[in-house]
Amino acid sequence: MFSLLRSMWLVFLHTFHKRETYQYPEEKAPLPARWRGRIALTRDPDGGERCVGCYLCAAACPVDCISLQATEAPDGRRYPSFFRINFSRCIFCGFCEEACPTYAIQLLPDFEMAEYDRQNLVYEKEDLLINSQGKYPGYNYYRVAGMAIEGKDKGEAQHEEPPVNIKSLLP
Amino acid sequence: MTIYIDNKPYEVKPGKNLLEACLELGLNLPYFCWHPALGSVGACRQCAVKVFKDEDDKTGRLVMGCMEPVRDNLRLSIEDPGAKTFRDQVIGWLMTNHPHDCAVCDEGGSCHLQDMTVMTGHTYRNYRFSKRTFENQDLGPFISHEMNRCIQCYRCVRFYKDYAGGKDLNVFAAHNHVYFGRCENGTLESEFSGNLAEVCPTGVFTDKTLHSHYTRKWDMTWAPSVCQGCSLGCNTSAGERYGSLRQITNRYNGEVNGYFLCDRGRFGYEFVNSDQRILQAAIRPHYNGTTNKDHILEQVAQKVKNGRTIGIGSPRASLESNYALKLLVGEDNFYLGMSDTDHDHTSLALKILRDGPARTPSMQEAAKADVVFILGEDLTNTAPMLALAVRQAAQHKPESDAMGDIHVAAWQDAAVREAVQDKHGPVYIFHTVPTKLDELAEDIHRGAPEQLARLGFAIAQMLGADIVPVTGLSQEDAALAEKIAAALMTAEHPLIISGYGSGCDHMMKAAANIAWALQQKGRNPMLSLTLPEVNSMGLEILGGHRLDTALDVLRQGDADTVIVLENDLYRRADPHIIDEIFLHAQDVILIDHLYNRTAEKATVLLPAGTFAEADGTVVNNEGRAQRFYQVFVPKGDMQESWRWCLQIAEKAGITALQGLRNLDDIDLALTNGMPSLEPLQQLAPHAGFRINGQRIPREPHRYSGRTAILANENVSEPKPAEDVDTPLSFTMEGYRGEPPSPLIPFFWSPGWNSVQSVNKYQQEIGGHLHGGDPGIRLLEPHLNGGPHYFHEAPDTFVPIPGHVHIMPLYHIYGSEELSMYTPGIAQQAGEFCCLYLNPEDLAQWNIAPGNWVTIDLDHHACRLVATPNHWMPRGLGAVSAGMPHSPVVDLPVCVKLQA
Ligand code: SF4
Ligand code: SF4
Ligand code: SF4
Ligand code: SF4
Ligand code: FES
Repeated sequence: MFSLLRSMWLVFLHTFHKRETYQYPEEKAPLPARWRGRIALTRDPDGGERCVGCYLCAAACPVDCISLQATEAPDGRRYPSFFRINFSRCIFCGFCEEACPTYAIQLLPDFEMAEYDRQNLVYEKEDLLINSQGKYPGYNYYRVAGMAIEGKDKGEAQHEEPPVNIKSLLP
Repeated sequence: MTIYIDNKPYEVKPGKNLLEACLELGLNLPYFCWHPALGSVGACRQCAVKVFKDEDDKTGRLVMGCMEPVRDNLRLSIEDPGAKTFRDQVIGWLMTNHPHDCAVCDEGGSCHLQDMTVMTGHTYRNYRFSKRTFENQDLGPFISHEMNRCIQCYRCVRFYKDYAGGKDLNVFAAHNHVYFGRCENGTLESEFSGNLAEVCPTGVFTDKTLHSHYTRKWDMTWAPSVCQGCSLGCNTSAGERYGSLRQITNRYNGEVNGYFLCDRGRFGYEFVNSDQRILQAAIRPHYNGTTNKDHILEQVAQKVKNGRTIGIGSPRASLESNYALKLLVGEDNFYLGMSDTDHDHTSLALKILRDGPARTPSMQEAAKADVVFILGEDLTNTAPMLALAVRQAAQHKPESDAMGDIHVAAWQDAAVREAVQDKHGPVYIFHTVPTKLDELAEDIHRGAPEQLARLGFAIAQMLGADIVPVTGLSQEDAALAEKIAAALMTAEHPLIISGYGSGCDHMMKAAANIAWALQQKGRNPMLSLTLPEVNSMGLEILGGHRLDTALDVLRQGDADTVIVLENDLYRRADPHIIDEIFLHAQDVILIDHLYNRTAEKATVLLPAGTFAEADGTVVNNEGRAQRFYQVFVPKGDMQESWRWCLQIAEKAGITALQGLRNLDDIDLALTNGMPSLEPLQQLAPHAGFRINGQRIPREPHRYSGRTAILANENVSEPKPAEDVDTPLSFTMEGYRGEPPSPLIPFFWSPGWNSVQSVNKYQQEIGGHLHGGDPGIRLLEPHLNGGPHYFHEAPDTFVPIPGHVHIMPLYHIYGSEELSMYTPGIAQQAGEFCCLYLNPEDLAQWNIAPGNWVTIDLDHHACRLVATPNHWMPRGLGAVSAGMPHSPVVDLPVCVKLQA
């Protein structure tokens, strides 16, 4: 009997507390930067597509809702010719982001993706690719990798020596 | 003998090294420079283990597992902390210059370097300084080059040069600059270059055709398959993604192809993805635009019902498809869709191997021969992997001599090669034109095929064959024949190779005579005969009429409908003959996969599945039946040819095929109908086979994208296709352990993602797969009663004035129909319109080299470019065989030359 009255009293006191409820949708909740929501494909500092089509996100995805096809542009950069995420299956676990070696795929603090028609939850590359570096500004995979692309030849990546002259006899 | 690994006793076979012993026992020990087919050189220092003097020795010493032979009571430790740290550091050093490339590296996911890095636990990079870099080379259409990724294991050059006899891949520069490549950009010359992609443990050499539609190994749907490139039937794994075939990799078979494939086989798969594929059933004339499969089947059934239908089979279709067609049209109306010459050769080969006393070897047995005699074959071009086997055979004698002299094991590769230098075992080659194997030969003999065959007959006679003596041999020829006869007599395992390659059946007869004579003398000869196509032998075993008699039947009006099975008739006979078939046949129903010249004229097209979309059995030149499995379910109406036949039969009410539904049903009907094919029942597990109630999955457990691949069409995933023909499933669900050997879709083992995981599937390293290698031999020698020698040697070749006798020249790239749809192969194909003639003949006939000449082919003029070739004997010409657009199809042929 006493505990009942005590609970009622405590609940009554809440009337005078600051409100925790957001009046969504008029009022938006502030989401932390690492909140795992809408997935986007980001770009590197040069504006190039970050995704190189390595298939690691697709392999990491526990519900297998990512599918893509890697291809190579004339300038030597690899990119996905299509990239599809079936958000009706996605559980927003963030494994894809963790697996991505180029910081291309990122989960962003945005959850407003509801649709009346489930088919609309299938996102293609046009829907995923954004014009931003997302959460990891500054990273440029091709500046680290050894593959030559247009504008970055062999030996021009970070920590690389110029290509060996194999005809040289010098030690 | 017993060895102790980490204090546990194990039984191992003597003669092995510690690395092999550990791998054989299923233990994980990392390695790079060792390769089961190449042996050990101890270069990479990755396979270090601790070896202890005795039980009390606690310090031990580090040795390289691949360089240390097993000894009784040897004690070693893989887990010893000292050994582990050493291996961790070694891989750290090997990786100092390694680029940050895995994401864009085609090796990733099947990379031995990744696997070994994880295995050693070297998870983080400690090296913080700059990396050396290299420029890459353009190595042609098959192989990509990315030299930064090299870890200097030397496997590539050891395979390419030492094992496969290549000349143009080498190691350049010194110290930490060593560079593996060609001396300049250019297409790799070896026909076995594709193996570099599997031999190289890193992503330096990768499959360029895969790159054009790149997919990771874990993302492909795989099935065990059989190469369709030639009659040897090498085992392959074929991988599909998004409805197109992405890659062919080696599927180890300890009796057939071992660890390797040729480039025609590895890269010749792109016809499956060709835009020339027939996707839907079609009928001509196209009445009202509402044709569908059922309607067309109805029409075909009507035609077949009237009983005036003949069927033309195909050496590139499976046993099942040919048999289903044979039953559909009736035994008497079944014709073998081979050219006359191919038919002659194949039936002769079957007769020799089935009725004669000499045994035909598997390819791996052939590689162990000590004396090789090649009669009229350019193996590199007609049976490429057999050429690789001959290369190993040529090493055999000097290697075993060396091993006797310096007392080292066969796997001590560097020591053995040092002792062998460039010595070869005895190889003798008779061929009209130079061949790539000539460099191994002790003696080479050139001349017109008939001349060479005559000398072959002479050798047989010297060995005691009871045949009409060959007269008129020059003294040198006789001496050479004596020498070869003597060498064959003293050999333990003499190997005689012949086949279809010269277009002269006397070659096979001479080879058979020689083998049989050796057999009579109590020797143990092996007789290997090459055949034109993947299932030539199977079709011949089924039996049927000759193709030219089909024309007679049509001409006489005894039949009016022709069903053509997976066959471009224009490759089987000269165009005017095939045109006449079309003229007389009211309806030509083609069941095939590519829109070829026959399809252009056919009245009904039924799309057949290729090897990747169908299940079936093919029989190789050795008489080994092998099963290939459907990789994926194609779009459209495509299905197995035998399934088309069953569906037509059902609609037409043909009783012979009544009640047959799937692959097992046809195979049962086949073995009931042909008791000699009874062993086929044991070829592979039937469709009902399950392990723990589960199917064998075609997809790796990491297969990705199941819920997204088709989501653009419909967000609800469709039900996965079911396989009614085999125990494989089209999904990733199923039994994850090791499947029975005929059903292995791809090689994978925990921690071993690359193809090197095959170690885990073998009874012993380089030996048979667990449970025996897949495939069943249908032909065994007939040992009772003496041989029925071929008595008459051919007459001496004499040029006929004004005529030229044209022999075929086969090319690895170009002579095979389907592989020509791969752009890289078409690009390297030989000339199709050249007529090679002796320059003196050209001079005599007043033909300027490079001019067009007209020849008279059965009263049809046809034009070729006269090309001088001083290897051609006078009066003999040669044309590249099997090339698309080649005006001369059925070779050899004797034609009149019109000036
Ligand atoms: S968040 Fe998780 S479920 Fe969603 S796509 Fe990424 S890996 Fe797949
Ligand atoms: S070779 Fe292997 S480890 Fe090196 S970049 Fe390629 S996948 Fe990665
Ligand atoms: S290219 Fe490959 S096979 Fe050759 S040495 Fe380098 S890592 Fe080894
Ligand atoms: S040798 Fe023949 S069967 Fe073997 S891979 Fe080459 S083409 Fe295929
Ligand atoms: S595998 Fe033993 S040293 Fe390389």
